[in-house]
Amino acid sequence: MGFILVQILTGLSSAASLFLVAAGLSLIFGVTRVVNFAHGSFYMLGAYIGLTLVALFGDLFGRGHLAFWSALLCAALAVGAIGALVEIVILRRIYRSPELFQLVATFGVILVIQDLTLWGWGPEDQLGPRAPDLRGAIMIMGEPLPRYDLVLIAAGPVVLLLFWLLLNRTRFGILVRAATADREMVGALGVNQAWLFTGVFFLGSFLAGLGGALQLPKGGANLLMDFGVLAAAFVVVVVGGMGSIAGAFLAAVLIGQLQAFGVLFIPQSTLVMMFLVMAVVLVIRPFGLLGRPELVGQGRQMLDDPLRPTGWRFKALALALVALLAAAPLWLGDYGLVLLIDILILALFATALHAIIGPGGLVSFGHAAYFGGGAYAAALLVKYAGTPMSLNLVLAPPAAALLALAIGWFCVRLSGVYFAMLTLAFAQIVWSVVFQWGTVTGGDDGLLGIWRSPWASDRVAYYWLVLACCTAGILALRHGLHSPFGYALRAGRDSPLRAEAIGIDVRRQQWAAFTLSGAFAGLAGGLYAYAKGSVFPNEMAIARSFDGIIMVFFGGVQQLSGPLAGAAALTWLKDILFRLEMWRLLLGLAVIAVVLLFPQGLAGFLKARFGRFFGIRPELSA
Amino acid sequence: MTTRRQVTAGVPRLAAIAALLFTTGSLAAEPIKIGDINSYTRMAQHTEHAKRGMQLAIDEINADGGINGRVIELISRDDAGEPGEAIRVAEELVSREGVDILTGTTLSNIGLAVASFAAQNKVLYLAAEPLADAVTLQGGNRYTFRLRPSTYMQAAMLAELAADNPATRWATIAPNYAYGQEAVAAFKAIMSERRPDIEWVGEQWPALFAIDAGAEVLALSAAEPDAVFNVTFGADLAKFVREGADRGLFEDTFVVSLLTGEPEYIDPLEDEAPEGWLVTGYPWDKIEDPAYVEWLDRYQAAYDDYPRIGSVVGYNSMLALGAALEKTGGDTDPEKLVEAMRGLEFETPQGLLTFRPSDHQASLGAWVGYTTVEDGQGTMRDWYYAPGEKYLPPEEMVAKLRPASD
Repeated sequence: MGFILVQILTGLSSAASLFLVAAGLSLIFGVTRVVNFAHGSFYMLGAYIGLTLVALFGDLFGRGHLAFWSALLCAALAVGAIGALVEIVILRRIYRSPELFQLVATFGVILVIQDLTLWGWGPEDQLGPRAPDLRGAIMIMGEPLPRYDLVLIAAGPVVLLLFWLLLNRTRFGILVRAATADREMVGALGVNQAWLFTGVFFLGSFLAGLGGALQLPKGGANLLMDFGVLAAAFVVVVVGGMGSIAGAFLAAVLIGQLQAFGVLFIPQSTLVMMFLVMAVVLVIRPFGLLGRPELVGQGRQMLDDPLRPTGWRFKALALALVALLAAAPLWLGDYGLVLLIDILILALFATALHAIIGPGGLVSFGHAAYFGGGAYAAALLVKYAGTPMSLNLVLAPPAAALLALAIGWFCVRLSGVYFAMLTLAFAQIVWSVVFQWGTVTGGDDGLLGIWRSPWASDRVAYYWLVLACCTAGILALRHGLHSPFGYALRAGRDSPLRAEAIGIDVRRQQWAAFTLSGAFAGLAGGLYAYAKGSVFPNEMAIARSFDGIIMVFFGGVQQLSGPLAGAAALTWLKDILFRLEMWRLLLGLAVIAVVLLFPQGLAGFLKARFGRFFGIRPELSA
Repeated sequence: MTTRRQVTAGVPRLAAIAALLFTTGSLAAEPIKIGDINSYTRMAQHTEHAKRGMQLAIDEINADGGINGRVIELISRDDAGEPGEAIRVAEELVSREGVDILTGTTLSNIGLAVASFAAQNKVLYLAAEPLADAVTLQGGNRYTFRLRPSTYMQAAMLAELAADNPATRWATIAPNYAYGQEAVAAFKAIMSERRPDIEWVGEQWPALFAIDAGAEVLALSAAEPDAVFNVTFGADLAKFVREGADRGLFEDTFVVSLLTGEPEYIDPLEDEAPEGWLVTGYPWDKIEDPAYVEWLDRYQAAYDDYPRIGSVVGYNSMLALGAALEKTGGDTDPEKLVEAMRGLEFETPQGLLTFRPSDHQASLGAWVGYTTVEDGQGTMRDWYYAPGEKYLPPEEMVAKLRPASD
């Protein structure tokens, strides 16, 4: 009995930090509609700044309660200020842009903060200071419970209560609630949205910082904690319902308890459990436990010109490009070919992703699952069936498509951020299974020895194969989007109601497009496996999905040729920057600069400049 | 602080180059390029020290006149902790930079990826840090050698002493990924062979760097073990140690823990480092062997910081490659280098080491002892150096697991 009680209390205490972080994330999303990927970085900063301030205040005022707790509070305030700064300097400029822009900008912020933290605090893990007088444990029915856990157990409900008072008893709270319900209306009524948003960012970041600072006595600070908390925080927000603070609390408690009892009964389950819960909740309650459906017209639509067939000049240019690429072995060195192979494969992957993000209007956060799915399909065939390369490359796309078909069935029932989150959850489930099912997939040690057939073992030959497959794939996708199938897909994106009215089954159309996109991502994955000679779970991890989104974005969301430009730009940029010590800082700044300066992306920029000449009309819509 | 370190680090390097220019006058000779792939951003706490170790060895070799009058040049690249990126970087180092040898790597999966790259492209690869047994066994190949004692070897070192402990109820806790699974499997196998009376009463598998320490400690306690084998490290270890101490898990429990005595892991625990855990590690300030002490002085003079296990491995990796290059007379032909590396003997601060020809594993050992706290800092007591050659995987195991390659 005592054991179960203590296990419950332990679950509650581990829920506290998670709740604080998730509450901030949920608040920011609810009001500003920004999916703030940098939230984990604010959590990390809270821990590091907390460490420094506890030591500093301890020296100044003696190591008592006052110094310790005020240091934690000041750390959270400092993080709040940093969050507000990010909002003012970067995000405020791009609220009118599609949601993807803010997402990519916050991703740039993550990279910048990672390098600055390393630079400021050094690479070593830091042990958190103990809270004064709270070392050791108290006995509860004969079982020990660390004293500090009591503080954490109390912190959750206290913050929830303060939040409730703030939202229901202050003018700021009224505005926040109003903005969560209908942002345009609040603006129309004359409320200064800019400061409201900055205030919300301050508060949200403050909570993330507080979460990071409060967990110091349980662990400490390290450079991996930003991504560590991010996935869990997103799960809590989505399970609770985006924008709902009470929902976040409920979800944090639920997940905390599941983790606590999960390790007792199924010790291996730790990674997959959380995402499984998220998937189940979203399938049963698509908007989370306490969330509400998105109001129509609330999310910013990506206003797009209709796609037009390109003129002969553009076709000639594309042909010249392919001819130039085919001749690359003549004018490029060995390493140039390696880079080109990477670029082509990623371009195919990005084009597949773009088909669902751009014309499909559905942002998938988990497309690495199908890229990795194709790669693993090929690798597993090599390992267990010993089939030759050509057959495996043919089988990789249908395998990935099958995965996309199954996952897509659940996902297309949702839209907007919920769709994005569910795709992420499923991708993480697939990743966890591959990562932890070592006996079949080799776990994180991956599958090695994915050798190419003798006829393609030469790099030049393989390059030509990749060029042929990727060109064919990209052309097929392009053709699909210009066909009736593509028109129906775009109709569903631009006006679901009217599309339904003329007899298009929008869900089915999206489901088919999702599956098709998965198939092409799978082809890219299969080619990637043979290019590297090995496959690892990293191929289906979050980072790979993000890379895809950044490539789509770099190239320009509204351009069919964008992904190609984006893949080339990102791969080339990484190649240059990887030789420098602080490449993350530079890459992050580059990403932010593109968001602010070239919101239409590289291909969009080129199109605006030269589009008329090549028979593509420049943008009409503002 | 960083700048001062860099300046002091740069001095011997400059002096080395200057000395070389004036003494041998071999300005025209092309340098021998060694490509170093490491997780400089993902695992910064390890790789920074590894790089210092490598650079110190190279500076010393070059100050001595290099290899046949040619200096060694180290070209370092970050792999961002991604095997796919590591392969791309390896391609870049080989085809664009024209490196003759690949080395470095920290994470096991990256070690395996680069090993497979080395076999495919016929480049010599010295895996300095990765622990996975597969690097020299299942994934082993003609061109891959490994310096650091593998998971199996470190587990065997610990099992030797652990088997003397009367505990019969054992539980394990390890991060749920290849390294953790491999370590638990190896330790269990060796222990059960030595002590058939042992009962394995529980195993916990927290997710890597996402441990829910309180719940894991409770689950371990529920199994009522006399002894625990721990493989968690880094931030997970700090949380596990705190929760375990607060909840009294370690009071009457004998704990055996992999790598915990290495400065990388025990130093961040400060005065909360556990007492009396049997660990592998590196008591850097307690080793009194004259060759080692002399090396320690040189290292601290160069970097104004103490060495970590990464420094030792990095330094020795360059000594090994330097010795192999000496043996071939500066010839960088990979086939000749492979022949030179097999059975190569090279003198290090840890004594004379060698690469076993059958599996290309070096005989570098590890320090085994008990953790303790001295002057508010975690360290090791009653330790000894366990020479690697005593704990190499048995030849039958190599023959069974390692793919046939000449």
